[in-house]
Amino acid sequence: MIEVKNLTKRYGDNLAVNDLSFTVEKGKIYGFLGPNGAGKSTTMNIITGCLAATSGTVLINGHDIFEEPVEAKKCIGYLPELPPLYTDMTPREYLTFVAQAKGIARDQRQYQINYAMERTQITHMQDRLIKNLSKGYRQRVGIAQAMLGSPEIIILDEPTVGLDPLQIIEIRDLIRSLAEDHTVILSSHILSEVSAVCNYVMIIAHGRMIASDTIENLSKYLVGSNILHMTVRGDLGRIRMAINSLAENAKTIRYEENPEEKADTYNIDIETDRETDLREEAFRTFVDENCVILKMQTEAIGLEDVFLKLTTEEAEEYAVEQENAAIEEKENAFAAEKLDDDDEAAPAPAPQPAPADSDDDDYKPMFS
Amino acid sequence: MYAIYKKELKNYFISMYGYIFIAFMLVVAGVFTTIINLMSGYPSFENVLGNITMVFLLIIPILTMRSIAEERHAKTDQLLYSLPVSVTQVVVAKYLAMFTVLLIPCAIMGLYPLILSIFGTVHFGTAYASLLGFLLLGGTLLSIGLFMSSLTESQVIAAVTSFGVIFAMYLMNALASLIPGGAMASLIAFAIVAAVFAFAVYSLTKNSTVAGITLAVGIFLLAAIYFINSNLFAGLFSKVLNWLSVFERFNTFTSGLFDLTSIVYYISLIAFFVFCTVQSVEKRRWA
Repeated sequence: MIEVKNLTKRYGDNLAVNDLSFTVEKGKIYGFLGPNGAGKSTTMNIITGCLAATSGTVLINGHDIFEEPVEAKKCIGYLPELPPLYTDMTPREYLTFVAQAKGIARDQRQYQINYAMERTQITHMQDRLIKNLSKGYRQRVGIAQAMLGSPEIIILDEPTVGLDPLQIIEIRDLIRSLAEDHTVILSSHILSEVSAVCNYVMIIAHGRMIASDTIENLSKYLVGSNILHMTVRGDLGRIRMAINSLAENAKTIRYEENPEEKADTYNIDIETDRETDLREEAFRTFVDENCVILKMQTEAIGLEDVFLKLTTEEAEEYAVEQENAAIEEKENAFAAEKLDDDDEAAPAPAPQPAPADSDDDDYKPMFS
Repeated sequence: MYAIYKKELKNYFISMYGYIFIAFMLVVAGVFTTIINLMSGYPSFENVLGNITMVFLLIIPILTMRSIAEERHAKTDQLLYSLPVSVTQVVVAKYLAMFTVLLIPCAIMGLYPLILSIFGTVHFGTAYASLLGFLLLGGTLLSIGLFMSSLTESQVIAAVTSFGVIFAMYLMNALASLIPGGAMASLIAFAIVAAVFAFAVYSLTKNSTVAGITLAVGIFLLAAIYFINSNLFAGLFSKVLNWLSVFERFNTFTSGLFDLTSIVYYISLIAFFVFCTVQSVEKRRWA
């Protein structure tokens, strides 16, 4: 449906979108997830033809958005971050305008407008001026606008920002119901939102895709862990024995001396599957080894932690890569100066920072 | 495109802008018709039109300042970009909507010669040709205002710059006569224009090489022509300024000449500025 290849967008020196590639298939809800300024809106603006890319291609149902914009745009309904509403109009007038501009046949128009208003539950607001509507209703008018002409793809940029909790739930339900007839792409910087609504998540940071998978797969990687934090006092050898006997049920075990307590006190972190509860077993084992458990606490690693970890780690990596790229660029420029007489030896564009070695590595949350 | 045209036109009459524009124009036209035609018993309506071109200074910016600046300010331009219409269609639709608003008072003014003909003999040919010229002059100024509106997000700045440009054009004749007619003076004036142009190139492209080459080529050409035939330059700058004066062109109509070149001139200027507007809007997408 949508095929994005090597999309890059540069604002002056700032790389907003960096070599982004992905495909979107029919009938799913996709979520763009990333911190503020990750390039989500820029990417969406490019896909919908509101912005030109520096390089790369976007194919929508086989139509290049830059070559055949009109054909491509017919397949897309777009709700930008700020709903583009003419506040002097009523929702009905506004939707009528959009329907006309989208080229919906005259006999279809009324039906489609009524249908969109019904789906978004704004029928009873249709004759009020948009400037008098609340944020939630404006958002709905924006979504209704995107639905008109029943495009195959609906793209929503941060559809729930600034809404109250009840409205958020309603909008989410609406988005889920939209997915029955449309492919939906939405963006958000809130993970719980994406995991609540989407089937498929693409995590973006600094204009690059750092993870892209179904919610189930990501969850398997990410939520599948319980961590048992313990503070134990006892002889190191005995503690090791205890750890060894616990090891068969654990994924990873890490221990270190507790810096705050007296000698012979150790912090132990045991990572297990979601289903495994090691507390009782751990207690008995340590007691058998004559160790004293001072503290025991379980923690589940949520998607949120992993999202934070992924995006911040990526940020650090990115900073290093940028530095390397800068150095390399300088070297290239230097080399080019040397080869002055050869015109073709102009400084090569800074090499794209290599994609993270393998995505799998990125998922592994902690203690790996 | 028709949808956008309709929306724009409707917008002028949902808000006060359209009404203010039409009312202001009709009041001024009415006052001048009363003074010139009715009270002094003079039958030429074209004289009224010749006297009220000044009103464009004030009312053209009212009509044009919103058109693109406001869309940009309210971020509704994103909707237009994401709709299956091209930027050219959007801009042309907007221009046509403005032109339609201008057409309304002009059509009403078209009744004046008929009314005047009750009281005496009116040269309908001159009157209506002048009205056509008046319409085209207004249309040209509208296209300039549209372009100014596409350069900024602020309605106020759009209005002020449109006013400034139209004001400069209004005074162009007076300015042109101030410039000394000598060849050397013209050369210097052209050199300044070349420098300004080069600076504009630089500020648009941020490329000092291209700007430098533009400046060098400009100066070189000027100098070459000057040395080959310095007589060419005598009075040339004021001629160019006069040629650029859209208001001056209109005077040929009121003096009873139906000048086809003037019509072509106006239509080309309209096309040029609409084209510039399209480019300016497109440029923003590439920013």
